[in-house]
Amino acid sequence: MRLFSILQSARAPLDLPNRWDIVVFPALFGLIFLLAWGTHQMAAPYSLGEPIQISLDPAALPQYAARTVLRMAVAMVLSLVFTLTYATLAAKYRRAEQVMVPLLDVLQSVPILGFLSITVLGFIRLFPGSLLGPEAAAIFAIFTSQAWNMAFSFYHSLRIIPRELYQVAAVFQLSSWQRFWKLEVPFALPNLLWNAMMSASGGWFFVVASEAISVAGHNILLPGIGSYIAVAIQQQDLTAIGYAIETMLLVVLVTDQLVFRPLVAWADRFKFEQASLGEAPTSWVLTLLTRTNLLRRLLVVPAWFWEWSVRQFRRLPAKPFLPRLRLRITRREARRLDRLWNWFLVVAAAVSIVVLTRFVVRETSYVEIGHVFLLGLLTALRVIVLILLASVVWVPIGVWIGLRPHLAQHLQPVALFLSAFPANLLFPLAVSLIVIHHLNPEIWLSPLMILGTQWYILFNVIAGAASIPADLREVSANLGLRRGAWWQRLILPGVFPAFVTGVITASGGAWNASVVSEIASWGIHTVSATGLGAYIALQTASGDYPRVALGIAVMSLYVVAVNRLVWRRLHLYAEKHLTLG
Amino acid sequence: MVNSVNNGDKLIDLIGVNKSFAAPEKGRIAVLQDVNIQVRRGEIVAVLGRSGCGKSTLLRIICGLTTASSGKVLYRGRSVRKPVPGISLVFQSFALFPWLNVLGNVELGLEAQNVPPAERRERALAVIDMIGLDGFESAYPKELSGGMRQRVGFARALVVNPDVLLMDEAFSSLDVPTAETLRTDLLDLWVEHLIPTQAILMVSHNIEEALLLADRIVIFEANPGRVKAEVPITLKHPRDRESVVFRQLVERVYTIMTTPVVPSEAELARLARPTIGHRLPRVTVAQMTGVLDVINQPANAGSIDLPVLAETLQMEVNDIFPILEALELLDFAHVAGRRVTLMRHGRAFAEADIQRRKVIFGEHLLRRVPLAAHIRRVLDERPSQRAPSSRFLRELEDYLPEQDAEGVLEVIIDWGRYAELFAYDSEAGIFSTENPGAEVET
Repeated sequence: MRLFSILQSARAPLDLPNRWDIVVFPALFGLIFLLAWGTHQMAAPYSLGEPIQISLDPAALPQYAARTVLRMAVAMVLSLVFTLTYATLAAKYRRAEQVMVPLLDVLQSVPILGFLSITVLGFIRLFPGSLLGPEAAAIFAIFTSQAWNMAFSFYHSLRIIPRELYQVAAVFQLSSWQRFWKLEVPFALPNLLWNAMMSASGGWFFVVASEAISVAGHNILLPGIGSYIAVAIQQQDLTAIGYAIETMLLVVLVTDQLVFRPLVAWADRFKFEQASLGEAPTSWVLTLLTRTNLLRRLLVVPAWFWEWSVRQFRRLPAKPFLPRLRLRITRREARRLDRLWNWFLVVAAAVSIVVLTRFVVRETSYVEIGHVFLLGLLTALRVIVLILLASVVWVPIGVWIGLRPHLAQHLQPVALFLSAFPANLLFPLAVSLIVIHHLNPEIWLSPLMILGTQWYILFNVIAGAASIPADLREVSANLGLRRGAWWQRLILPGVFPAFVTGVITASGGAWNASVVSEIASWGIHTVSATGLGAYIALQTASGDYPRVALGIAVMSLYVVAVNRLVWRRLHLYAEKHLTLG
Repeated sequence: MVNSVNNGDKLIDLIGVNKSFAAPEKGRIAVLQDVNIQVRRGEIVAVLGRSGCGKSTLLRIICGLTTASSGKVLYRGRSVRKPVPGISLVFQSFALFPWLNVLGNVELGLEAQNVPPAERRERALAVIDMIGLDGFESAYPKELSGGMRQRVGFARALVVNPDVLLMDEAFSSLDVPTAETLRTDLLDLWVEHLIPTQAILMVSHNIEEALLLADRIVIFEANPGRVKAEVPITLKHPRDRESVVFRQLVERVYTIMTTPVVPSEAELARLARPTIGHRLPRVTVAQMTGVLDVINQPANAGSIDLPVLAETLQMEVNDIFPILEALELLDFAHVAGRRVTLMRHGRAFAEADIQRRKVIFGEHLLRRVPLAAHIRRVLDERPSQRAPSSRFLRELEDYLPEQDAEGVLEVIIDWGRYAELFAYDSEAGIFSTENPGAEVET
């Protein structure tokens, strides 16, 4: 019988390890060992003020790199857990949505590095006498740089799942647990993965920045690449900085090859399309893994766990969570409840504003608040000028690359890779030049803000230009469009939506980076530019929390305002009018 | 008949089912009105009607995806308020999970019923084998052709051993030969009792398809959806679509579908005076022109039979209905039984040149479509000669559900633009009387 032959043929090759296993087996155990060692190190005893030795010996770098990667991984896992819960609640409960989505929007705009110093004290109190406190604070900082946009992506995906698929789930009576893992998560996966990759690129920046923290006069140096480079800066050791940069390049490359590439290749099947378009992404690691017998055997464990969980969550009600249609609420009671809820939200927002203002005003004055707003304006000016400059440089280059498919295919991953490389590792090189040549820091510190985030503009423009349909280009050639008209009528409208997406990310990143780039040091020299980022950094170093809160609040306000007034409108406009079919 | 029918064996019993949606200000809009249908053991019942007559809503009520506003839906004597294990549904769009392979998609239904993994696999493989998907177990939906995908849809629905199988236009996204093969295969399974399914209820807009499969056809009338007639089919399977009896049945069902029911007084009033909320058929001017041109061909001399028209245009008769509705509305053509006749103005339109056509169309639009006249009047009355689309949308929503109102507005924009009655700026959402050509830079 057919049935048995299938089962038997499937069983036969399972029994012996094959040659692929010989590679994967030791790698897997190496990973497990590394994990055990790293977590053990994380929980080492520690009390505030105790100096942690960081060695500049390049031989120590692999160990530091491993700890940095581990922090990153833990933060990523936490971000995932947060995403799956927060976004699900927001997508399924209308009243929760009213609060959770705007909150996410604001959180996305808060400069993470600013409140690191506030959270670190809390975490140290939470884990007294252990290194876990500062570790948790660093992980929390990375988490905050990743979680929000992942949650946003998941929330958006949940809202566009086709109704028919929900109906399938309902007709076959999947429990809400089954529906979540069989329908909702798979549907959202490609987008979520892309956002996780973006977040990870941003995350490297924060992992480096958050390892060397100064809190209330104490310098905490968590063993890692970030601390290594901080010590190198103190000792003005350019060679050590070179080593750190090389190590970081390697780390980014390896995580890309070992983690993200296989995931992207694997997640290709989750794309919601009826026919496969273009070439499917491939990954040698994934190919290797699928050829091993070991992994196939290990997959029994999650399968078993899945069956168990289904039995546990069978009783979870599946009914109330269908996503709402955009129907108008006509029921009077529902309207009245809505109104009540809205009032409650308004009052809650007002109360929190009053509390925050009182906290700030107690220590400062209205004049200072005005001054901080002025500083914000300066930083805003920097961000805008730099974005413009970067656009002038990268848009033509991106278009040039994007219109050559063969080139684009090879260069887009490079741009992505460059964006993942934490630009703050390069800061000391720039600062040392400023110190040596006595350059004006007001001007020459500024480019550092955009050093890491300009790549978002580049690779979005590449993608945008590559997606301009060949038909349109042929028509333009056929009509004999001249250079000016060609740019104005075809290329600029064609790349605009992608460009705006890139600019939003780049400007958000630039605001964040201002906290570490407007003030920088090289050995005993400290150079600083006037701006909100420098203000926050200075107040953080001196532990003046009301002023830190003021700085963060003002910066968040600027970011939200610019997003709402400029970027989001451009984005909507682009989506509505310039999306190519 | 192949399967014995016992009147006591009612599997599905719909008693006075109504469905309506809330519409702001106007109260409610009826989608289904007083529907009474029984499905008995051993029967295939087809609900036949034009698209948009509420038959898909009916299916979704039966399988518990949505509930009726009033009336009873009974399955084996018990009320259906949410999906129940005995009823499964095949979707027009297949609705497969693209991230699950064929086996995974088929196992999905069993997984929800907590069937242990080994048994799940065994049953899924058996159904896959039966439905002719053998060898495709590990293929993903995007690797399959449409016909194969719908086979997966059937396998997924059948693997749970449903009592009642519901099919929502299950064959209409497939090309003709593929649909034919799949239909025959399904019929074989049914006639040979290879599947434990006791009854099939299908929804279709294709007369031949219904006649090939069903033991009974329920003909549906639209706006609001209601039962117009029931036709029992006693032909033996396999049915020969070329046979005289079959052709006669097709004709008969045709006639029933196209003859208006004797309208109630309220409806007569509605028909006599179409309001601005009249549900305009979603038809373009080009489609109308195409049909008029065919009827006006010398060979046809201003009058043509529906099937001939369908054949000339290479369209399904069902897809021509809305075009004819539009032509009747504009007084360009008249439909009586199966015959379409060109009216005087219709002929004038067909024979005119492009500019003249616009003038004729515009005149008829103003005279026969109150919404067009209304928009034009509002624009003329305003000093600015401009009005936002939201204004008209709000008015339409007094008559129609939100989505339909938007649809009607789109149609009138298309028609009005063609007739140059008004201009519409879609970016700003503004109607105006200005000549759009004047603004465009050259």
